[in-house]
Amino acid sequence: MTASDKMSTRPGRLASPGRRDLIRKLGATSALAAGVGVMPLVGGYHQARSAEPIRIGFQVHRTGIGAAYGRWYSRTTDAAVRKINAEGGINGRPVEIIAEDDGTDPKRGAEVVEKLATQHRCDLVFGTLFSHVVIGSSPRAGELKVPYFVVSEGHHVASGMLNRYTLQPGITDVKSQVQAMAPFVANTLGKKVTMIFPDFAFGHDHRDYFSAAIEAEGGKVVAKIAIPPTESSFTRYFPKIPRDTDVIYHVMVGPAVLTFVKELGEFFGPSRPAIFGFIDSLEAVDMASPGLEFLEGTYFWEGNPRYAQANQSAYDKAYRQAVGVDDNGASISDARDVSTYAHMFGCWETLHIIKAGMEASSYRGPADRTGLIEAVEAMTTMPHSHAHPQGDKVFNGRTHQVFGHQYISKVENSRLVLTHTTSIEDTIYPDEVDYTTQSF
Amino acid sequence: MTVLQTARQKSWGLHLGVIALLFLLQFVLPEYHHGNFSRIMVLACFAMGYNILFGYTGMLSLGHALFFAAGLYGMGMSMHHLGWPAEAALLAGGIAGVVAAFGVGVLALRTTGVAFMIVTLMFAQAGYLTILYFGDYTRGDEGFVIAAAERIFLGFELTDPSFRYGAALILFAVMVVVTLRLVQSGFGHVLVAIRENEERTRMLGYDIQRHKLIAMVISGGMAGLAGAAYGLLFGYVGASFASVQYSIFPLLWVLLGGAGTVLGPLIGTLFMFYLIDWSSDITTAYMLIAGVALVLLTLFAPQGLAGTLRQKLVRWLP
Repeated sequence: MTASDKMSTRPGRLASPGRRDLIRKLGATSALAAGVGVMPLVGGYHQARSAEPIRIGFQVHRTGIGAAYGRWYSRTTDAAVRKINAEGGINGRPVEIIAEDDGTDPKRGAEVVEKLATQHRCDLVFGTLFSHVVIGSSPRAGELKVPYFVVSEGHHVASGMLNRYTLQPGITDVKSQVQAMAPFVANTLGKKVTMIFPDFAFGHDHRDYFSAAIEAEGGKVVAKIAIPPTESSFTRYFPKIPRDTDVIYHVMVGPAVLTFVKELGEFFGPSRPAIFGFIDSLEAVDMASPGLEFLEGTYFWEGNPRYAQANQSAYDKAYRQAVGVDDNGASISDARDVSTYAHMFGCWETLHIIKAGMEASSYRGPADRTGLIEAVEAMTTMPHSHAHPQGDKVFNGRTHQVFGHQYISKVENSRLVLTHTTSIEDTIYPDEVDYTTQSF
Repeated sequence: MTVLQTARQKSWGLHLGVIALLFLLQFVLPEYHHGNFSRIMVLACFAMGYNILFGYTGMLSLGHALFFAAGLYGMGMSMHHLGWPAEAALLAGGIAGVVAAFGVGVLALRTTGVAFMIVTLMFAQAGYLTILYFGDYTRGDEGFVIAAAERIFLGFELTDPSFRYGAALILFAVMVVVTLRLVQSGFGHVLVAIRENEERTRMLGYDIQRHKLIAMVISGGMAGLAGAAYGLLFGYVGASFASVQYSIFPLLWVLLGGAGTVLGPLIGTLFMFYLIDWSSDITTAYMLIAGVALVLLTLFAPQGLAGTLRQKLVRWLP
């Protein structure tokens, strides 16, 4: 590589626009102003950068509401990149992570995607978690024609809302997770369910998907209690729980969750219905925190079991060690720093899928981005392995969404003990989109 | 030629020059900054709308996120649910901003000072929660995408960076011209008189409430149009744009740039955008850097950047 090649890809360097580009921009504004329908010339040039590192843009929630997730997504990403580079990188090239904070904000998120793609000249962008940031950023990724690998668990990808450049191959989506809980809830805990959920999109997804799934299992949602997002005390909502409720299904999130659990415990006392929740409420929260005693004996969905289980796989053991998580799901250097274990494996697995996709498509540079997407779309089964420590998976190339096992754990002695693992079939639903029919 | 006429000629020359400069900048800006300037010009329109009420009329609103979001959702929902074309949707967004500002104005203008700030803040918060409450239609906090195929305005694909820049520049230019005409008109002078001494203006026989309401409607309409344009140009409609921080942002942009100056909002938006962009590369405490910059500016340039320039050098700056 020449010195000038190196210069041309340095982040922040002002690239001089070509003559075609000048003409194009001049034509665009002039034509718009005049209302004349002259289409500008479409330019574009690519540079082969075969000797350089693979530059992966990491859109990370370092600040804002997603900061706790972002901290662990960063650690997992760093660990995965260390492993991949130690094993020879991708196509013989080292992987370099370029991280940018999006403040967990969709406006800034779109700007970050743009910055990673156009200023840092990343090969792709990856790692976004919060759904509103994904939905806000995805249009820019599509316009910039940069592959956008999200680790969000939102249903937005598989719903068809986004575009061909956006994929979610490393973590399952909320629709499949919720759907897969219904057989266990109906057959093990009870058929009459009261749902308590935050009154915004995340809660509405649970309300809608679970209601349909539990009815398919012969159960019924007897009450749907929506909690306004500004609420900080919940006691006044609990009398709305019908007396014949067998199971309370809760998905409260945010700082108020500790209050929610404490007040629920005070309301019911020792005699309570079965309780089932999503660990999203308590990611990065120590299960032994004061006020959570009431959760003893209740059940949680986990994307990946936080506590090392008796039947822990060698893959989970190696992954846990690489990321720096102890058997209790906390940082090995600080037992109070609890991980977001149910979600962060998605970064690890997504990076391994990117590696597999780049190697399958003989990826060399941005000119091969569409080849990378087609290579990932062609993937089907992903075996339980060091690349996929959470479990084996099935990828649907048409919907750009992966499907996998879900875990249900019971709180015993302030630890989450795995009690049930769903099949992948339980998580699958009919396709809602076929992205492969969209042109690049 | 009178001094006033000379000043007006100079100010028109300056503002048209800035528009010409922005036009020319697109040919030399690198791709990333090219996109940023498209955003900044639209956000500056939001700030210019805010400046009509705050900078020229002296009313500090903490609820302009409501008007920006009214425009954003007025545009987005008319496209998403009613299938309206982009042109009609943009108009719907502007009208939504006007209607929201009129409704809030009729009620909030019964108050002044701190009470006005609180009432506008509460209205904006109510608007934000309304968007979340009607999540079945608005998709609540997640928001929704305006599909690329729908973002065609007068035959131009707004997903194309060049057209997007051009559209943002045209909107910005229109807003500058409208604001300049407004502040140079008799109506604009009355607004400044209200800002400087409301009682004296009332004693001179002006209908204060009517002028304030019209200023609020113009301000809200400009914010609404900016919101509609932002959604259309960047393809996303979401509740975060209705949150309280989007009421604070235009205040910061106008304070930094210079309240009561036509170009202050652009300068403030540009300054703040790149301050955050640059400082977020260095530290996660980038808002602290933004805060320190604001404190320093308040201490050493309380009139904002353009305001200080007017105070010290360019007295004719409108």
